[in-house]
Amino acid sequence: MSELWQHTAGQLSALLGTGEVSAVDVTESVLERLRSVEDDVKAFITITEDEAKAKARKVDEMRSAGEDPGPIAGVPVALKDIFVTKGIRSTAASKILENYVPGYSSTAAARCDAAGLPLLGKTNLDEFAMGSSTENSAYFETRNPWNLSKVPGGSSGGSAAAVASGQAVWALGTDTGGSIRQPAALCGVVGVKPTYGLVSRYGMIAFASSLDQAGPFTRDVRDAALLLDAIAGQDPKDATSLPIDHPSYAASLEGGVDGMRIGVVKELAGEGLQEGVKIRFDEAVSVLEKLGAEIGEVSLPSFEYGIDVYYLIAPAEASSNLARYDGVRYGLRVDGEDIVQMNSKTRAAGFGPEVKRRIMLGTYSLSAGYYDQYYGKAQKARTLIIRDFERAYGEFDLLVSPTSPTTAFGFGERTDDPLTMYLSDICNVPTSLAGAAAISVPCGLAPEDQMPVGIQIMAKALDEPTMFRAAYAFEQSFRGRDSQIFPELVSR
Amino acid sequence: MPITRKDVDHVARLARLALSEEEKAALEEQLSKILAHAERVTSLDTEGVPPTSHAIQLANVARSDDVVDPLSRDDALANAPAAEEHQFRVPRILEEEE
Amino acid sequence: MTAPSAQFVTTIGLEIHVELKTRTKMFCGCPVAFGGEPNTRVCPVCLGHPGTLPVPNEKAIELTNKIAMALDCEIAPHSIFHRKNYFYPDMPKNYQISQYDIPIGSRGSLDMEVGGESRWIGITRVHLEEDTGKSVHVGGGGRIREAEYSLEDFNRAGTPLVEIVTEPDITSAEEARVFAQELRSILEFLDVSDVRMEEGSLRIDANISVEAPGRSGTKVEVKNMNSMRSVFRALEFEEERQRNALMNEEELVQMTRHWDEKSGVTIPGRVKEYAFDYRYFPEPDLTPIEPSIEWLRQLQEELPELPIAKRRRWMEELGLGPYDAQVLTSSPGVSVFFEETLEAVKDANPKQVANWVANNLAGALSDTGERFSDLKITPSQFAELMDMVASGEINASQGKEILSAMLLTGTSPGSIAEERDMRQVSDRGELEAVVDEVISNNAEVADRIRAGDMKPFGVLVGAVMRATQGKANAAVVTEILKEKLGAS
Ligand SMILES: [Mg+2]
Ligand SMILES: [Zn+2]
Repeated sequence: MSELWQHTAGQLSALLGTGEVSAVDVTESVLERLRSVEDDVKAFITITEDEAKAKARKVDEMRSAGEDPGPIAGVPVALKDIFVTKGIRSTAASKILENYVPGYSSTAAARCDAAGLPLLGKTNLDEFAMGSSTENSAYFETRNPWNLSKVPGGSSGGSAAAVASGQAVWALGTDTGGSIRQPAALCGVVGVKPTYGLVSRYGMIAFASSLDQAGPFTRDVRDAALLLDAIAGQDPKDATSLPIDHPSYAASLEGGVDGMRIGVVKELAGEGLQEGVKIRFDEAVSVLEKLGAEIGEVSLPSFEYGIDVYYLIAPAEASSNLARYDGVRYGLRVDGEDIVQMNSKTRAAGFGPEVKRRIMLGTYSLSAGYYDQYYGKAQKARTLIIRDFERAYGEFDLLVSPTSPTTAFGFGERTDDPLTMYLSDICNVPTSLAGAAAISVPCGLAPEDQMPVGIQIMAKALDEPTMFRAAYAFEQSFRGRDSQIFPELVSR
Repeated sequence: MPITRKDVDHVARLARLALSEEEKAALEEQLSKILAHAERVTSLDTEGVPPTSHAIQLANVARSDDVVDPLSRDDALANAPAAEEHQFRVPRILEEEE
Repeated sequence: MTAPSAQFVTTIGLEIHVELKTRTKMFCGCPVAFGGEPNTRVCPVCLGHPGTLPVPNEKAIELTNKIAMALDCEIAPHSIFHRKNYFYPDMPKNYQISQYDIPIGSRGSLDMEVGGESRWIGITRVHLEEDTGKSVHVGGGGRIREAEYSLEDFNRAGTPLVEIVTEPDITSAEEARVFAQELRSILEFLDVSDVRMEEGSLRIDANISVEAPGRSGTKVEVKNMNSMRSVFRALEFEEERQRNALMNEEELVQMTRHWDEKSGVTIPGRVKEYAFDYRYFPEPDLTPIEPSIEWLRQLQEELPELPIAKRRRWMEELGLGPYDAQVLTSSPGVSVFFEETLEAVKDANPKQVANWVANNLAGALSDTGERFSDLKITPSQFAELMDMVASGEINASQGKEILSAMLLTGTSPGSIAEERDMRQVSDRGELEAVVDEVISNNAEVADRIRAGDMKPFGVLVGAVMRATQGKANAAVVTEILKEKLGAS
């Protein structure tokens, strides 16, 4: 029999429900795996072993007392270290919050806790979620479990790597312009960017407020639906959270894609793709076709400048969101003669180069005389992207593209050129700008480097049920599901 | 339009970032490059196109005027880098602003 | 060359910040109150902690709409919040959530009277924002520039704040004062704010420029005016300063100046090195405000009668003079007191009551600094006093004496009059004896009156009053005197 840590959350929930295993057994197994590979993977900024065990015991006690702790209680989870957790250091992978211990919890973390999920720890990320490789963490680099000399993607690289390596059964990340989907694809796991407003942003350290959205990393589509069910739903503490009763996503998996109209986005699935990505993606599309989906091609011309729109809007919002790190109320302080010096030295010492770059870019594009040309213009272009989506969804139920134009790249390969790094998110930003939903599902390894490839399935806002149905159907029929096998942790 | 060194100085001051000379030089080049790439957006004809600041349309979200217990004073100051008499201590304030 | 002062034109615009009287802050549930131990009314949201989000207070939105309506503004069917970005240690997020291009109310006006003439002052905008915390400067005598360091208290941070901006329609310091007083009364009648300038719940800044023929004005911002009186004094000073500069051909600089109450002058602020660049952009954490027509209609119906309307009604219906009407509508406390007294009186007429409330009672209160809401006496007690005066039971000066006693003790006027044996003597028999004595003691004067010279008549009345320690009913005394002396 395989080890408990190798099971999916769905499998573990069933075992926990029948009492075959205890939450403590599961948590111990996962923690053991976590410890044994963490030196290689380096997915965690903070490991909360004691908290995880205490929670597991509590869940077991509830079950033995005949109380119902909930359907997924006892399956341990990891949280990207951008979710604030009460009494547990929360850093956003920044030096400026190195010693920040919050007095409150994010809604997503609180909901995981309410669902009975033992917290394993806080995972690494690009500082303040700004990056596509997790190389921008102020602490250390996280390695891709499929090849330790490659990046895990980012910004939620720690969560993606933890799930891929078996250090967590599942994890939460955040996605502003691809930060869940891209690392999910690069690490060969499932990642969901839900509709904007579906999961509360309260207590999620803000990067770009109009784009940020939390979502799950899991080993299969069913787990993603289960975890999203647990964290989604209106929160009175987030004015932009949607006032809806969402359907059960775990109950939306069956039904297949027969008759579904699926559009392949020409601008994202043609030129500029790595060869192996193109091969695996085309295969995935033909699987969907065999399952009965009507496949067509759709051109969305505005997607060409999605990256530019994104890199005008997100840094602008970020420049304002990050103004609060000033050395006055919490976090790092570097002394200065006067307040301006103190603020400026603190921020210069506390932020890494990428964060500074985006603050500078965002401040510039909002400043007097440039607003209309940059931020204002980008907001209008955002409207054009939304209109393109609307047109496409008039014809198609879902849209597909590769999740990332390439497989995982090597450390340092793109750090010298910010623009090239930004282009890593080309397939992901349009959905973010439209506030819509998308999932990345593994679709095999690229022949040339044996690294995972993901297919991105995009749905219109709140159409997660259709998205999950297609993702699940694809996953079930997809042969040679390399991504389901744990990678051997070797450096190639 | 490339970013000048003067722009970098001005923006760094607005953003309260004490940047080194090397950082400023690198930013001058990098920001210019990023904005040049964004040219296809900045030169886009968006006549009559409304801006989008929220992708999802909601309105009138508000809360009722009910008191929630504030933090204890110790908790409020728990993360303070410098405190005195239950207040946050800061170096002298030079600038006159609103 | 000196220009005659009549050719100077003064232009003043005001910017008023009003702290709303809500139970909780604008974007979090922390309680709103004045003063208190520092940092005891704060939470992660109003301290700007990472990940926290603002959720607007619906009551604050309602009160802002009421203010905008009372100022005759157009109410935006869709208004939004913006972020105003600048660093300041008393501002936790280093941006203020405010409104920018689409405020809740715009293009309104305030109707007021100056020197008996009607004036409409344009209201540019009424918008909703959040207040900052408070800095205490330590060392250097507490002045910001000489201080060694500062301490930050965030109790006030996030208090709902309404900003009201006028058009530059005000032409004198006196008009500015009348405007400010009128606005304060309106806000009090709406019951939206404590409007206490000394506590900062009402803050007034001004922009003032003086023009001379051929010389355009220079806009100067005047801050730190902490009372109605200082609004007047500061603007009068600034007007004079600018006139003198124009007459002496001195150069005026666009700047901020601070009113110094003690020395009675405005002091120049730092000249700004850089133009402020607030980098406004739509607040992505909040949704637009889109009031329904029904809700607005309901709010409109709930609006109380505003002071100017009440004033005009009372002048017309009750025949009150402009001064009395002004005083009686200066706050809801006084106007409610007046209305309730009117309902309770039997003999006294409205004009008489108005005169007493506006002069004797309001005067006594302004001496002690009390408000009508702090009064110990009730309108019905006051009405009893008014009836005692009206019926001749006591005379006016006795009435004033009784009023002073009432204000201290809160007891009824009847019992005070009893206690002090102040009942007015109106009994003819009793008074005739006194009159006879006075006539015989003043035979010469009496003869002059009998001969038709009425001038010294008052001397005799005064003598009777003195003889009765002021208790005589003057009307009855006059009547008897006239009868006895055959005067008409
Ligand atoms: Mg303001
Ligand atoms: Zn608060």
